[in-house]
Amino acid sequence: MIEVERLEVSFDGRRAVDGVSFSVGRGETYGIVGESGSGKSTILRALCGLNRRWSGQMTIDGEPQMQRRSVAFHRRLQMVFQDPYASLHPRQTVDRTLAEPLRIHGVGDRQRRIVRMLAEVGLGPEHRFRYPHQLSGGQRQRVAIARALILEPRILLLDEPTSALDVSVQAEILNLLQRLRREHELTYVLVSHNLAVVAHLCAHIAVMNAGRFVEELDREALAERRAREPYTAQLLAASAGYDRAAAKQLVTYD
Amino acid sequence: MTTAPLLDVSNLSVTFHTPRGPVEAVRGVSFAMGREKLGIVGESGSGKSCTGRSILRLLPGNAALSAERIVFDGIDLLHAPPAALREIRGRRISMVMQDPKFSLNPVMTVGEQIAEAYRAHSRAGSREAREKALVMLEAVRIREPAHAYDLYPHEVSGGMGQRVMIAMMLAPDPDLLIADEPTSALDVTVQMQVLAILDDLVSERGMGLIFISHDLALVGAFCDRVLVMYGGRVLEALAARDLALARHPYTRGLIACLPTLEGGAADLPVLTRDPAWLR
Repeated sequence: MIEVERLEVSFDGRRAVDGVSFSVGRGETYGIVGESGSGKSTILRALCGLNRRWSGQMTIDGEPQMQRRSVAFHRRLQMVFQDPYASLHPRQTVDRTLAEPLRIHGVGDRQRRIVRMLAEVGLGPEHRFRYPHQLSGGQRQRVAIARALILEPRILLLDEPTSALDVSVQAEILNLLQRLRREHELTYVLVSHNLAVVAHLCAHIAVMNAGRFVEELDREALAERRAREPYTAQLLAASAGYDRAAAKQLVTYD
Repeated sequence: MTTAPLLDVSNLSVTFHTPRGPVEAVRGVSFAMGREKLGIVGESGSGKSCTGRSILRLLPGNAALSAERIVFDGIDLLHAPPAALREIRGRRISMVMQDPKFSLNPVMTVGEQIAEAYRAHSRAGSREAREKALVMLEAVRIREPAHAYDLYPHEVSGGMGQRVMIAMMLAPDPDLLIADEPTSALDVTVQMQVLAILDDLVSERGMGLIFISHDLALVGAFCDRVLVMYGGRVLEALAARDLALARHPYTRGLIACLPTLEGGAADLPVLTRDPAWLR
């Protein structure tokens, strides 16, 4: 579904993504985990066409992609952003937020689609004409997911979809994402700094540091702490909770 | 620990007066602590930050605070006049905020800010304050203190900014540090390092620490004791090592809904809230 080869993205001469290659099969869940500044979100922005200044090769849904994307491309690939407080227009109701992609792509039958989509993400008809400030953080993220899915894309890019939420709400959103993926046979690429969230949602996981993939492993390997690279081992140790002795041994990898 | 606790809070309540009527943010919270690491955990809106701020009486004008007592080291904070509170704030009790980006002055170098904080609470001259700031920067494990001293907040990383904040708050050598989500904006490895610094300061200086966080697992591993807050109340208080034995359904629900590395892709248990918890 997604083939990326030797992807490079530079900002002011500094390589944020430095020759990354990976592939994601149809219906698969692929996770990219790394610390801030590792380049994980930059990969998503290049994939979805928000950043056109990349080099390398990219094939999505069987079609080689250039820097510029067609309008039709976005019907197949959509993105959910990290912060539901910042990614929804504060002056637009849920209804307008959901209608806009349909209007851009000239899709008819908007009323029915909006009502059905709201139900799918677990919101009621009473939420349809509310503004973002009238919704909780979890409800806003449900709206953001609904907006991404209303065009019935094949691929969903998820950039830290639960990091701004309380843990009890995070559990609800993760369950929702799992259900939607099963029901719509979606392909997910998830980016997160939280190893447990990535391991929960993704079968295949790449660990990223300083613009490169340190290693790729599957969910089982992660669960059994089978890391080949010291960077991954350190990330696993730091995620396990506070430990004074372990804190002493931390090193910086560049 | 001496016989009298370092901090004794009894029946603390905070109500915000808003155009839509009063909102009770904290409802009858009581706790006492010594020179230890006390964690306050809860979700957004549980009243945990508000509890922390109430101790220093740092609340906005529309908030009404009431309590039976707030006593810190024999001093009645509840009835202390503003001048006496200013003597305590920063010098004896200090507070580290969540986000260094919003808490540091953007047009002053980080070293100057630490020196300024120190001078505000002592008779030190500028040279002595500079020396102290360098010592503090070193204490929070910043590699080249003399170089870091002259950096502006936008030139330092999130982890370094948070360490600068901690250095600033610790310069006057307080007896109690209130840290409100001090590591939430940080990467896990940096978080570990910042926690190790706080941990050492508590054990070496005999400081008390109130650690406010939404991260139950982290608080369980780091603190000595934990208060679990929900809807402005303390639902459960327990030793951090006994967190796995928590009895309250809310605490248990919070632990259960966390994804784990071993958990696989099965659906996570979702927390159901019982209105009776707040009765």
